[in-house]
Formats: sequence, C-alpha cells, structure tokens
Amino acid sequence: MSAEYDIAETLDVKGASCPMPVVKTKGAIDDLAAGEILEVLATDPGSMSDIDGWASGTAGVELVDQVEGDDVFTHYVRKME
Amino acid sequence: MSTDTPPSDGSDASSGDAPSRAELAARVDELEAALSEATDEDGPKKMSIIATKGSLDMAYPPLILASTAAAFGYEVTVFHTFWGLDILHKERSKNLKMSSVGNPNMPVPNVVGALPGMDRVTTRMMEKRIEDNDTASVQELLETSLDMGVEFQACQMTIDLMDYDEDDFYDDVTTGVGAATALQDMAEADIQLLV
Repeated sequence: MSAEYDIAETLDVKGASCPMPVVKTKGAIDDLAAGEILEVLATDPGSMSDIDGWASGTAGVELVDQVEGDDVFTHYVRKME
Repeated sequence: MSTDTPPSDGSDASSGDAPSRAELAARVDELEAALSEATDEDGPKKMSIIATKGSLDMAYPPLILASTAAAFGYEVTVFHTFWGLDILHKERSKNLKMSSVGNPNMPVPNVVGALPGMDRVTTRMMEKRIEDNDTASVQELLETSLDMGVEFQACQMTIDLMDYDEDDFYDDVTTGVGAATALQDMAEADIQLLV
C-alpha cells in the first residue's frame, strides 16, 4: 500500500497482542514531534478497536486513518502539540 | 418569585434589599468561576488497582490494565497484597502457577485435576498458549509498566506475613506501605479496581 500520508516513523508490532500494540504506539508517538504521523503495523485484530479507543481517550494524539488489510492492520496516528 | 424584578423597572437601586443587577452579575461570575474550577481537569487521571492474586492467569489483568492506562497518560498505582506480591517477587514471578482445580472451565474434572503433578501440567499448558499467541510475559508487562511510570507497591504487612524480604522484589517496587496508602490512592483515583 503506497503511503498516502507523510509518515515520520513506522512501528512494526506484527505478532504482538494486547496490550502491546497500544503500549508500544504510545512509546513511539512520544518520540515524534508535533504534527508528525506514526504508521503502526499490527496483526492483532483487536488493535482496530484498541488504537481507536486509545487515541480518542488520550490527549495530544489523533487517529488519522485505519486500513484493514488481509493480514495486517495499519494505523496512522498524528501527534498533536 | 418575590425576587423577580418588574420588567418596567430598569433602576437597580429602587427595590429595597433585593440584590442589584451589578451584585447579581458579580455573583454569576463567582459561581461560573467555581463551576469551571470544580469541573476543570486538574492534572492527569488516576487509576488505583489492588492486586491480590498471584496465579499465572490472574497476574495478567492488573498488569495489562496498568500498562494500558499508563499509555492513556493515567497516573497508575498497583498495590500488591497477599498472593499478588508474587507478581513483584524477582524469583517467584518467573514461576507463577495455575491451578488445575477450582475452575469448572478446565478440560479435566476436579478429581483428576487434584492428582499430583496436575498443576504443573495446567501451568505448562497455559505457558505454551501464552507463547504461541505471542502474548507478553508477566516480566515483560511488569518491566514495560515500570518504564511507563506505573508505581507498584508491595504491602508491608503481607511481606512480613509471607516472610518475604524487601530485597526479594524488583528494584523500583515501593515497599513500606499499607492499607492507608492504598485507600488514599483509591480516594483520589478516577478508576479503582480490586483484582
């Protein structure tokens, strides 16, 4: 899938299951600058709901998009200020 | 209803001891300020968990919730007491076991589960599933949570009761705390859980 977004960093959490996709996304987003977008690659189907829930319940992050592939769920999260 | 100002009367001073318009406006400002102060987000949200169980399956819920809440930016404390202490114990946390009796969902009847060695079988079965599913280990979750700033507390009374030593626990674990500390945390927390 070609990058539709200007991605600053990619986090690969394929294989990891709850709660690691969310926990590692949080760690990776902390390292970004405001406005930058993190791409998260996960195989955990629960990550669709979990990363959405995390992003809406957490200050300073915004869920830009989620793409459900055949095996991989791709999430785009922007760091706000 | 006696406080209603007749619409025709625009004068503030005319109605005896009724508050003036300026006084009412000031009072409204005061109440609005108090309301916004009361509803204001004062700092991060807090979660307080009491972890009382130390079997392999029951070690997971507090650790998963603690690390996830930390990812949400919560301030988290987990107060470990009784068997929950084993989760924080450097040696014992590596060998948490699962019981093959007392759980009707187990594939073997209790009478079989009670045979010698069955707990080892059940534990091994669970460990294998955890491994196959790429579920994080108890140590991994604990270390991740510590890195994220979760405060793990070991209840002093049960440390003494179980004959553990303060040095038996992971380095960043807080010892020398009791029920009053836990209660204070719970009173200030947005979420309180007993596991």
